[in-house]
Amino acid sequence: MSQLKRRDFLKAAGLLGASAALPVNLLRAAGGGDLTVGFLYVGARDDFGYNQSHAEAAAVIKQMPGIKVVEQENVPETVAVQRAMEAMIRQDGASLIFPTSFGYFDPHVLKVARRFSDVRFAHCGGLWEEGKHPMNVGSFFGYIDEAQYLNGVVAGHMSKSAKLGFIAAKPIPQVLRNLNAFTLGARSVNPDITTSVIFTGDWSLPVKEAEAANSLIDSGCDVLTCHVDGPKVLVETAEKRGVMTCGYHASQAALAPEGYLTGAEWNWVTPYKKHVQAAQAGEPMINFLRGGLKEGFVKTSPYGPKVSAEAKKNADAVKAEMMSGDFVIFGGPLKNNGGEIVIPDGTDYKQTAVELERMDYLVEGVRGQI
Amino acid sequence: MVESDLSIFLLALLAGAIRVGTPFLFVSLGECLTEKGGRINLGLEGILVTGAMTGYAVSYLSGSPWLGVLAAGGAGLCLGLVHGVICSLPRVNDIAFGIALILFGTGLAFFLGKDFIQPSAPMLPSIPLGGWSDDTRVRSALNVNVLFFIGVALAFVLHWGLRGTRWGLVLRLVGDHEDSAQALGYRAAGVRIVATGVGGFLAGVGGAYLSLYYPGSWNEGLSSGQGLMAVALVIFARWQPINCLWAALLFGAAGAVGPALQAIGIGWGYYLFNAIPYVLTLAVMVITCRPDRTLSGAPGELSLNR
Repeated sequence: MSQLKRRDFLKAAGLLGASAALPVNLLRAAGGGDLTVGFLYVGARDDFGYNQSHAEAAAVIKQMPGIKVVEQENVPETVAVQRAMEAMIRQDGASLIFPTSFGYFDPHVLKVARRFSDVRFAHCGGLWEEGKHPMNVGSFFGYIDEAQYLNGVVAGHMSKSAKLGFIAAKPIPQVLRNLNAFTLGARSVNPDITTSVIFTGDWSLPVKEAEAANSLIDSGCDVLTCHVDGPKVLVETAEKRGVMTCGYHASQAALAPEGYLTGAEWNWVTPYKKHVQAAQAGEPMINFLRGGLKEGFVKTSPYGPKVSAEAKKNADAVKAEMMSGDFVIFGGPLKNNGGEIVIPDGTDYKQTAVELERMDYLVEGVRGQI
Repeated sequence: MVESDLSIFLLALLAGAIRVGTPFLFVSLGECLTEKGGRINLGLEGILVTGAMTGYAVSYLSGSPWLGVLAAGGAGLCLGLVHGVICSLPRVNDIAFGIALILFGTGLAFFLGKDFIQPSAPMLPSIPLGGWSDDTRVRSALNVNVLFFIGVALAFVLHWGLRGTRWGLVLRLVGDHEDSAQALGYRAAGVRIVATGVGGFLAGVGGAYLSLYYPGSWNEGLSSGQGLMAVALVIFARWQPINCLWAALLFGAAGAVGPALQAIGIGWGYYLFNAIPYVLTLAVMVITCRPDRTLSGAPGELSLNR
């Protein structure tokens, strides 16, 4: 008798939990049309950061004729994303899927893509390789390191202590590329500048991010930026302590009216539209899609009130060079912070170089270890 | 250079102990009270998250962070009472219901909190104790939130209350030996419901500290298991409110080690350092929870011990 009751109780408790979790995870947006497009986010859609940048672009796609959008947020980078994608395909009939978090790619997207060869998977951030990965998978990404370089230029002008701070989630190539570009940008203004980096270990850890921001400020950094999912905590903490910030993912200017200098923002509408149009027209899957400032994949926030005329002039000049396509961020000779040459003299890696997408070093001037 | 690095590191630990430790303090005091009555409420994690969301939402809507703190406590009280009442039904397992409450509390908070992720709510004020110092770092480290002092005072009040008041004695009696309490004419269920409710109130206030002061924003990733760690912390503190204070400070400092080390340029092994609070929790559990003996100081009616 008691056994039975306990089991019933556990069942009920499980149901209770499930019913509480469901409405959060499943957000459906209805709209009549032929092509069903699925979006998966790793966090909340309005986190002032990465997920918001995607959700804002998804909202634009939703307005396009003949499109039905299905969204799911808070999908962890585990087998859960496989189930979520499968549900979108089987239940909602999605034929184009945008898994927007880096960690979804290998093995989750690859696994599901092999089973559903008629569905298109446009992953954000991964590195698609011909012969190795299925043809119905594509990866797109923006060269946001260009905007981070510009952040660095402005920060380099504005910093008085010549110490910058960078809060990073995980040491993956994209994060390292941003960190390195930011540092190189700042050092192009003043070669004595160093950037201290703190890795928090995951994409969204608000307490740790606040703690990291305070530690960096205590060690003398006077301009901070980051590569985590939601820069809100960092920007607000820095503003409270009177320190300047450069934004990331989306504009956080509203959170720091005093200290916000500029920011590196995504403009995902451009690659989304390309994939959606290719799917609608029945053209082959775009397996590899990249672009920077010039192509309209990324943009910069308007300058904040503190930014000096000199900094604006310098940053605008570099930006013009980037828009013309001539600017090289990662050119040899380039040393890592251990003093070894990582890009030899005479070698210039253009933004499209895949070597840059395998970046596994910190450039000279970065204080920290991977 | 090395000396200044060391002072930065120690300062970060001190500041971190207070900043990161305050929610631990509230949740562990709440859990301590609940467990003194002979029940375990694992659901404090869910209550913490609900409290964080409620506090942020009410502060944003009303413009008063203190109203937010009260509302967070109120939400915690309600969930605590639910736990207390349901676990008073015959043959309900408090641990199983606690787990259900974690899921329910976080799910509810995520669902209702959707609209409050973006707006900025007014924050709780802090008391600047570092005015004597010219160093901005010291001044910032000594900007201590009022809730911390309330928590410290509460630890001492509870310490005294559990020993020196009739109410405290009844609670301990119910927690230690239900039959004796019954023989003396006290209704165990009622006492426990009250204790769990008050425990929930404190956990809710702990949540409000997270969303309204540090880190000071509402987000679904806000809690990284503080509510669950507080349960281990209470065992570590041997069910003594004042020990809860020291344990909370220790866990707070442990959470600050990872970022602080990297800020002074020690970059290796940060995954390891970031895991320190969790390793500490595990170590406490391994050392203190052995099946062959009862812990000293553990309330006799706890389902862990029966």
